[in-house]
Amino acid sequence: MCGLAHFFEDEGIATVVVALVREHAEAIRAPRALWVPFELGRPLGAPNEAAFQRKVLTAALELLDPSEGPVVLRDFPEDAPGPKAEEATNWVCPVSFPASDLEGPEAPAAALAREIDALAPWYQVSLDERGRTRVGVSSMGVPEAAQFVAGFLDQEPASRPVPDQPVSLALKDASADLMSFYFEAATAQPGRKSSGEVERWFWTGTTAGQVLKDVRLKCLDSADDKVKFVAAKLMLPKTMGG
Amino acid sequence: MVRLADLVESEQAHLRALPLPTYETTPWVAGPPGPERRVALVTTAGLNLRGEQPFRMGAGADYRVIPAMTDGADILMNHVSVNFDRTGFQDDVNVVLPLDRLKEMAVDGEIGSVAAYHYSFMGATDPAMLEPKARELAGMLKGDGVNAVILTPV
Repeated sequence: MCGLAHFFEDEGIATVVVALVREHAEAIRAPRALWVPFELGRPLGAPNEAAFQRKVLTAALELLDPSEGPVVLRDFPEDAPGPKAEEATNWVCPVSFPASDLEGPEAPAAALAREIDALAPWYQVSLDERGRTRVGVSSMGVPEAAQFVAGFLDQEPASRPVPDQPVSLALKDASADLMSFYFEAATAQPGRKSSGEVERWFWTGTTAGQVLKDVRLKCLDSADDKVKFVAAKLMLPKTMGG
Repeated sequence: MVRLADLVESEQAHLRALPLPTYETTPWVAGPPGPERRVALVTTAGLNLRGEQPFRMGAGADYRVIPAMTDGADILMNHVSVNFDRTGFQDDVNVVLPLDRLKEMAVDGEIGSVAAYHYSFMGATDPAMLEPKARELAGMLKGDGVNAVILTPV
């Protein structure tokens, strides 16, 4: 990010970096950077907080005023509104899942399909309320993506579900769509929730999370180096042991 | 958040171990006055339009174009990393790409205008690999009359 600022300024365009990791902004010495004390993934602070987002942008653009420089690193003085990532708000998913039985070769795929069926009405609520979905990266439907991922527990697929796409990428994209589906369905109801709660729910309280963790472990031994790379680096957050 | 000390140890270690580029000089272009600013957004969030070819591993130097009139519902995130929050983006694209806010600021006269096109790279990419495409992009930005860029990471 800060590297891009160097290149753009060198080409004659003024820049401001909204920096999430202060130590990186300091080290790279972007021409102008506004460090914001927000969680990774939220450079403007919080969703659906238009006034706050605008305050961040105004602070960033103020660095373009010709008062100082080169190299300006300023700290944005406010925390983002809403719960912190690690805060407990007592949020719960609107669907209570029965304990799933992942024993046996057929069980994970079937349990996953049941869970997706249970969440589907809430995914529809999310679609109706939000008017959009972020599902769609994989070009597979959610049930198909789920079965594709769960299939790795049995045998690594030799064929790819999407033409011209390696199995490794299909695994990454199908996993991403599965997570988007779960997150959107589970957070369809308005109300306070922290990103950490939703993340912990997915990885420790759902069959999907368990299937992804099991698939990851299996793929760490894959003969396909790209599948192994996806498993090692791109499937499980470090907060969950990845 | 986010100072490295606030993150879990494994994430701290990962971010501390990232090779960071160093530059001998810091180029500096004077910022235009507020009413003369034509502003573009450039993000490293790995965004692409629905139906468009997503980013691919190893092709991180590529970028995607996001026209200013794009409906936020048509923007997907294809970033390779799982180590940042996506629930905020799922709720509101402006938490990553504040296009609506920028348009409001133009209407209110806080900036001169909003660029016709905005851009997304895939983060988690060696900046040296981004340089040729970034310089190419600078030409496109200037062609659009852009004189100020706000860069947002995830």
